[in-house]
Amino acid sequence: MPAFTTLTSTMLPLPIDNVDTDQIIPARFLKTTDKAGLGESLFADWRYTPEGQPRPDFPLNKPEYRGAQILVAGDNFGCGSSREHAPWALLGYGIRAVVSTRFADIFRNNALKNGLLPVIVDRPTLQQLFSLAAEEPTTTITIDLAAQTLTLPDGRSVTFPVDAFARMCLLNGVDQFGYLLNQLPQIEAFEASIPSRVNTRQPAP
Amino acid sequence: MTGNPRTLFDKIWAAHLVAPEKDGVPATLYIDLHLVHEVTSPQAFAALRERGLRVRRPDHTLATMDHSTPTTPRTADGQIPVTDALAAAQLEQLARNCEEFGIPLYRLGSENQGIVHVIGPEQGLTQPGMTIVCGDSHTSTHGAFGALAFGIGTSEVAHVLATQCLLQYRPKTYEIRVDGSLRPGVSAKDIILAIIARIGVEGGTGHVFEYTGSAIRSLDMEGRMTICNMSIEGGARAGMVAPDDTTFEYLYGRPYAPRGAAWDAAVAEWRQLAPDDGATYDSRLVLDASTLEPMITYGTNPGMGVPVTGRVPDPMAVGDLSQRQALEKALAYMDLQPGQPLLGKKIDVVFIGSCTNSRISDLRAAARLVKGRHVAPGVRMLVVPGSQQIKKQAEAEGLDRIFRDAGAEWREAGCSMCIAMNGDQLAPGQYAVSTSNRNFEGRQGKGGRTFLASPLTAAAAALTGQITDVREML
Repeated sequence: MPAFTTLTSTMLPLPIDNVDTDQIIPARFLKTTDKAGLGESLFADWRYTPEGQPRPDFPLNKPEYRGAQILVAGDNFGCGSSREHAPWALLGYGIRAVVSTRFADIFRNNALKNGLLPVIVDRPTLQQLFSLAAEEPTTTITIDLAAQTLTLPDGRSVTFPVDAFARMCLLNGVDQFGYLLNQLPQIEAFEASIPSRVNTRQPAP
Repeated sequence: MTGNPRTLFDKIWAAHLVAPEKDGVPATLYIDLHLVHEVTSPQAFAALRERGLRVRRPDHTLATMDHSTPTTPRTADGQIPVTDALAAAQLEQLARNCEEFGIPLYRLGSENQGIVHVIGPEQGLTQPGMTIVCGDSHTSTHGAFGALAFGIGTSEVAHVLATQCLLQYRPKTYEIRVDGSLRPGVSAKDIILAIIARIGVEGGTGHVFEYTGSAIRSLDMEGRMTICNMSIEGGARAGMVAPDDTTFEYLYGRPYAPRGAAWDAAVAEWRQLAPDDGATYDSRLVLDASTLEPMITYGTNPGMGVPVTGRVPDPMAVGDLSQRQALEKALAYMDLQPGQPLLGKKIDVVFIGSCTNSRISDLRAAARLVKGRHVAPGVRMLVVPGSQQIKKQAEAEGLDRIFRDAGAEWREAGCSMCIAMNGDQLAPGQYAVSTSNRNFEGRQGKGGRTFLASPLTAAAAALTGQITDVREML
């Protein structure tokens, strides 16, 4: 997993509430056994016409937002399905952080495990970011994970919450898998202390 | 143990802690049962191979094929051909992974195959007091048995495959109490649609729901599964119901349920799971079941629901700007007008199926209404049993004949038109009344429009060709 320390970028505004993972990456693109290539299909049904042409009014297709690495989205981003293909698609497109007022639980977990940072801000800040991105698309903002701050072009900084453990993993570019694997001795000891509840290989005797 | 009264969630959480949360590091939670399907697992198995890891407890793991599988009727030789090359490759990959790592697999068309959240309970693998995970957000279904069950992403699927554990922060608890008796024509699906309409799709974020109250107690296990299934649509990763005699009766004699003395010991243990008197929750909602009507959604998330006799809301009446815009966007997608009644809205397709409503009682309820009647001209009705076992049971009861005689399609088991990645889907612009769980844009097919409802309301719509108050047909 790539480390995440600071990120300075222009913004890609998506002022829509409750963006669900079926919009982020529609299910028909889930018939893959890989993580790569999903960025092409990010927001496919909003981004392309039924004939497959880019819709010029959709933010991802506007030249002024090309190259933005920070997606700014409406309340409750990532609700719905547990598909990790959603953060894979965002990362594949080039997004490294998503700013919203709230994230759905499973999406947030999935994002953090892939180096995609969910940044929670209050509503006035979100509105200000939408306005800035709309009026002056070249505006950049800076996200500093160590300081847990998002800094606006006027110098104002807002702090955002991140799970301490996920923050440590992101800053160091290590995933959580290794930490869990190191606990195997404790896991084995715990397992020995509890009854085995079920055996999927064999119906009950 | 302290003397603090504990909730059902508290008890299961405490019993599965390998290591508690400490200094900002999440708890290590032991997982009793891991269910696997073809769509969210390939990259997890790849991660194991990259690290040279094995599946630690294949005996706590079960795989099935459901999401990308066709539900088209079998060929003369009993096969279910997969014509989509990508889906075929994904299914083949799951078979190879299960073979290599020693995981039992219910292959497409085999006698126990079905939707992952249908087969766990059906086989008696889903039991009270367990922790259960799957790379699928509707894993909350299994909470109906008094298990802590929730959906996980593919990274976490790899974690569980390799360690049988997950790193988790303790969620908050949320009691949803439903008292009173349901009126005729109103079902478990209407309860959960009413709850989500009340709290919204983010109302339960960060929480686990515990459903309590006499109306929940009165439901059979299949109704409880319908409710727990859609907990995620209210933002909660898990929803649970404390186990009781209804739970034990359902489980007794199922293939993987304990037998003999082990059964008695298990029931004694399961009875301890009920919340203690005086247990408290972080949030609470109280509903009266006797006031509920059949529900239907009008918009593009499951929180946009009203009684079937209601009207499409007017965005101009919504004070909050972003909520008003969300409603406008939803109505534009659905091509519905503010103030329009839902009753009488013409529909094209009816889908009865999915992990929410594809169980035998769902099919029986729909069949009772359909019997002796015919699907309206121009309407396509698709009935998709949740598992091969349910299909067999329904056929033994003659339900397939009732549906076929009425002009409906009787299909093989799978997720089908709930997820539109297996050949079953709406055409652009079509309207469906669906017993599934999500009415997101394009969920049932690009450009398709979904009204979520109960099996009864869906069956009524199939017969009349329009959104109908089923109570007038009972």
